[in-house]
Amino acid sequence: MFQNIGEIVLLFWRTLCALPFAWRQRQKVFDQFFEIGNASLLMVCVLSFFIGAVIALQTGPVLVERGLASAVGGIVGISVAKELAPVMMAILIAGRIGSAMAAEIGSMRVYQEIDALRTMNINPIHYLVLPRVLAIAIALPLLVVFAILVGWFGGAVVAATNGRIGIPFQAFFDGLRDIVDLKDVANGLFKSFCFAVIIGAVSCHQGLVTIGGPRGIGRSVTKAVVNSIVLIVIFDYILTRFLLK
Amino acid sequence: MNPPVNNTGVSLQVRGLRKSFGGQEVLRGVDLDVRPGEIFVIMGPSGSGKSVLLKHLIGLESPDAGEILINGESIESADIAAKYRMALVFQSGALLNSLTVGENVGLYLTEHRLKSPAEIERIVAEQLETVGLAEAVNKMPAELSGGMKKRAAIARALVIDPQLILYDEPTSELDPLSAVVIGDEILELKRKIHVTSVVVSHDRDLAFGVADRIAIIHEGRILTVGTPDEVKRFNDPLIQRFLHADFKRDPQSKTL
Repeated sequence: MFQNIGEIVLLFWRTLCALPFAWRQRQKVFDQFFEIGNASLLMVCVLSFFIGAVIALQTGPVLVERGLASAVGGIVGISVAKELAPVMMAILIAGRIGSAMAAEIGSMRVYQEIDALRTMNINPIHYLVLPRVLAIAIALPLLVVFAILVGWFGGAVVAATNGRIGIPFQAFFDGLRDIVDLKDVANGLFKSFCFAVIIGAVSCHQGLVTIGGPRGIGRSVTKAVVNSIVLIVIFDYILTRFLLK
Repeated sequence: MNPPVNNTGVSLQVRGLRKSFGGQEVLRGVDLDVRPGEIFVIMGPSGSGKSVLLKHLIGLESPDAGEILINGESIESADIAAKYRMALVFQSGALLNSLTVGENVGLYLTEHRLKSPAEIERIVAEQLETVGLAEAVNKMPAELSGGMKKRAAIARALVIDPQLILYDEPTSELDPLSAVVIGDEILELKRKIHVTSVVVSHDRDLAFGVADRIAIIHEGRILTVGTPDEVKRFNDPLIQRFLHADFKRDPQSKTL
């Protein structure tokens, strides 16, 4: 396990060192970015709508009963912006995109395509890892912006239409504006950026260390997703602790 | 990047090469000398260490002991890849499945930005023409047969304008006609660009058809090196068995 962590950190460091070559790889970054957005945007919207909706459904009736109707918007707003949108979207992207990254790079490794790159003096980190890590690091925070807005909208819809809550749209967003400020949204976006780097580095690393045939690729995909999710949850705590100061 | 040093092939020396995987010694002190511009075939039964040796020759594996010299310079020196142009034709072709054949062939030039896109397109077309794949430029590797993949891999190697070209089992999985085409290709390259070629194979027809010299490797050791005639005459039961192994069918047996 510690060897894996060390290798992931080393890969991340090498990717950072390759950043000056990012402009040369811009087409690949754009292709990956498009792939991530195209594959995930609809799913992000559906998931975040229902996340906002269920938070409103869980907290709304309890708060309204206690005369705290004005807090519903704020609670939905802050929990979606600071916690649920970044973490849930990161988990979604780890499953949807991290797995694809590990599978693609893993199969390239198994079928000697990475060796072929090396014989042509093409650095696999520049060619494969850098574009993927950059694309996911840009795409995930943008997806989280969508997720936050759609999550708030989902909460507002439930708050307005549920008989036990009955808070109009305007009142919901007034309450949300009272509690949530730009810094909370920025916290969520910063977290999502960190999660994106974790997903990119873990998934690419798992792909690069794949051995064996199709079974090895399957194992790498599973490990990439599981390790990404575990690290996301651990770093969520660490980042939250750090950002609360 | 990679400016041409000269137009002739390079010499290759292997000295006391040893390599183990998980406690099992695969190469047990291999010594070889490959002369500039020759076709050197390394033959041996499956599992004898041929492919591992080839991976060492291009720097994909690091030896536990011993050294590999190209024109007298260690392959592990930092600027070797910039100084000498080397290419490996993989057994499977190892074309990048996400790129078209044309993009695969031009990948080296594109990634190192050695030529303009129009120039790359022209070179790719030229090299694909050389290996008889001009019409496959826009096809994906998955649409090619085994022989076509190997020829595309040779075209990709040629784009580098190599001084040393290594072939890993170039005729495996090929029908006899395609195997002859690949063999002719190897000879043609020697004639046209004087490239040094190292061919790893257990295909006896290919080896004796194209080789200037042949080395026989068995259990990680070189048993003999010589011209095809010298190897044929070499008086070692193991080599003779390997060179003359054939199916023996009982004439009395009946097919159903």
